Amino acid sequence: MTYSVRSATVRFGSTVALDDVTVEVPGGSVVAVVGGDGAGKSTLLRALAGELALDAGTVETPPKQRLGYLPASSGSWAALTVTQNIDFVAGIYGLAGDELAARRAELLDRAALTPAAGRLAAQLSGGMRRKLGFIMAIVHRPALLILDEPTTGIDPVSRIDLWRLVSEAAASGTAVLMSTTYLDEAERAAHLVVLDSGRVLVQGSYDRVRASFAGVVTQTGRPVRADWAWRRGRVLHEYWPGGDSSTPANPPAGSTAVAPDLEDIVIALSLARRNTVPS
Amino acid sequence: MKAMIVKEFRELARDRRTLGMLIVMPLLLLVIFGYAANFYVSSLKTAVVGPQASQVTKMLPSFFDVTVTEPSGTQADAETLLRDNKVDVAFVTGQTPVLALVNGSNLFAAQSAVAALNKVGNQVKTQVLYNPDLKTSWVMVPAIIGLILTFIGTIITSIGMVREREAGTLEQLAVMPIKPSRVILGKIAPYFLVASVDMIIVTVLGILLFSVPFNGSPFAFALGAAIFLFVVLGLGVFISTISQTAGQAIQTAFFFLLPQILLSGMIFPLEAMAAGVRWIGYLLPLTYFTMISQGIMLRGAPIASLWLPFVVLTVMAVVVFTGATLRFRRDLAPGRPASPARGEQAAAEPVSTT
Repeated sequence: MTYSVRSATVRFGSTVALDDVTVEVPGGSVVAVVGGDGAGKSTLLRALAGELALDAGTVETPPKQRLGYLPASSGSWAALTVTQNIDFVAGIYGLAGDELAARRAELLDRAALTPAAGRLAAQLSGGMRRKLGFIMAIVHRPALLILDEPTTGIDPVSRIDLWRLVSEAAASGTAVLMSTTYLDEAERAAHLVVLDSGRVLVQGSYDRVRASFAGVVTQTGRPVRADWAWRRGRVLHEYWPGGDSSTPANPPAGSTAVAPDLEDIVIALSLARRNTVPS
Repeated sequence: MKAMIVKEFRELARDRRTLGMLIVMPLLLLVIFGYAANFYVSSLKTAVVGPQASQVTKMLPSFFDVTVTEPSGTQADAETLLRDNKVDVAFVTGQTPVLALVNGSNLFAAQSAVAALNKVGNQVKTQVLYNPDLKTSWVMVPAIIGLILTFIGTIITSIGMVREREAGTLEQLAVMPIKPSRVILGKIAPYFLVASVDMIIVTVLGILLFSVPFNGSPFAFALGAAIFLFVVLGLGVFISTISQTAGQAIQTAFFFLLPQILLSGMIFPLEAMAAGVRWIGYLLPLTYFTMISQGIMLRGAPIASLWLPFVVLTVMAVVVFTGATLRFRRDLAPGRPASPARGEQAAAEPVSTT
């Protein structure tokens, strides 16, 4: 089963948060939405979750009983223990008794949260709290799982744990749509959606996104055009889009071209849009 | 330090609720409570019954505002008028000395009446009903029960509801397969139960510690308390829908709570207030619960004689609870907030190099 938003437009007053966005989320795969702050990632996820009404377009989602959602906030009740949080959500989805006990034990074990089962959610670390939120989102085996920046602000080890859980959910047939600001982890998704200012800059598999990327990224110590450059570690990268008469088509002689990774591609496309579209 | 002062003023200017409390509240408190703070009752609703009712009525000073003159009436009729809170004082003629029955459940009116009657000497025999020793605790305990219910209903409930919004779990509930009405009922049921237990404890303690009588029907009392609870729980839900944080909820609840304490007749008698502020008292639910609780506990009044506060509270419960529930449902329904989601404000900027 494939779930989708098609030609979705959402406005907040005069701000267009989503502009004619179409995204499909097939069952059994992970679709990652990436983009900078204000790109429209959360708005897209909330629209698919049915939490936000569209100004235009359509949404195709399973019924609420088959939907799992981890919002950008903690996603758990701070004054309840880990077990109580899971039991509360499971109860709403109709899980009880032995079935619930078995499912809870399985998920706590997979998330390495069994030792913390009796702790209050407020006393968990950021990573543990996100894992708890993830468990609560999948406890009822949803057909569509929506995760709003599940790994933001948590340590690398917890990120690995969470990604393992996400992969397992997808492997069991769940359609997963997640937003992330970590482009290295987005590369692992089957399908990428790059958003900027509410518009889809590019989408497809990582290989397809790379293949469709036009222009050259160079590495430099002193960029020719500051508004086309960004810092990567100890050096700067500069984008030469080419094919646009308003900017130099090619880098100056002697520049060092680099193979752009996803972070380069997302930043380059965002800068190209901002530097060429009148604000 | 200048930067700190400027920053503080800028923050304050954007916090309209606090600004309102700083500027409007002192003015309101001064004007409203200045006119409300009055213990002196200038006239007493009075009934005169018995064969010499007409003659006695003519002899009474204007302080006794005679609203009922019934020559065929008996002492039992006079007591019924007092029990139903239709008058503060009832004179029973046809005996020597004339019997003056005073409604002790209206403390300040009763104190004024006793003071005035004591000046008459032995022409009148004074008998205070429902609160013979004119104890303040006897009239305060029934009112405090209402105040405690108001406190739990507005402040505690609104904080509990708004916590969902603060923690971001409200948006999680919004996408779950649970009806908004069940969310609301599930949220307020514990507060309803806790408030009910509190009410029972306070009532029993009031009776045990202060010897406050309970002369009426416990069923009628429980019914009045339940209706009143729906009003104040509705207020709590309403406050939560107009507050983003627990701090805001407390601030807003304070706006609702303070007038209930000072203008409901609990401390200052309504009849002693200036007409300009008295009407505010008649808009407050605690005013009507106090009428019910004092009526049932002290005077043993039946529901039939308390129909007005019961009807007013029921109308308030329906209006407030329905309105608050509809507003809360709107928060749970797919909507379009006035601003983008958190974290979607600024755009990434390219590096600045020189």
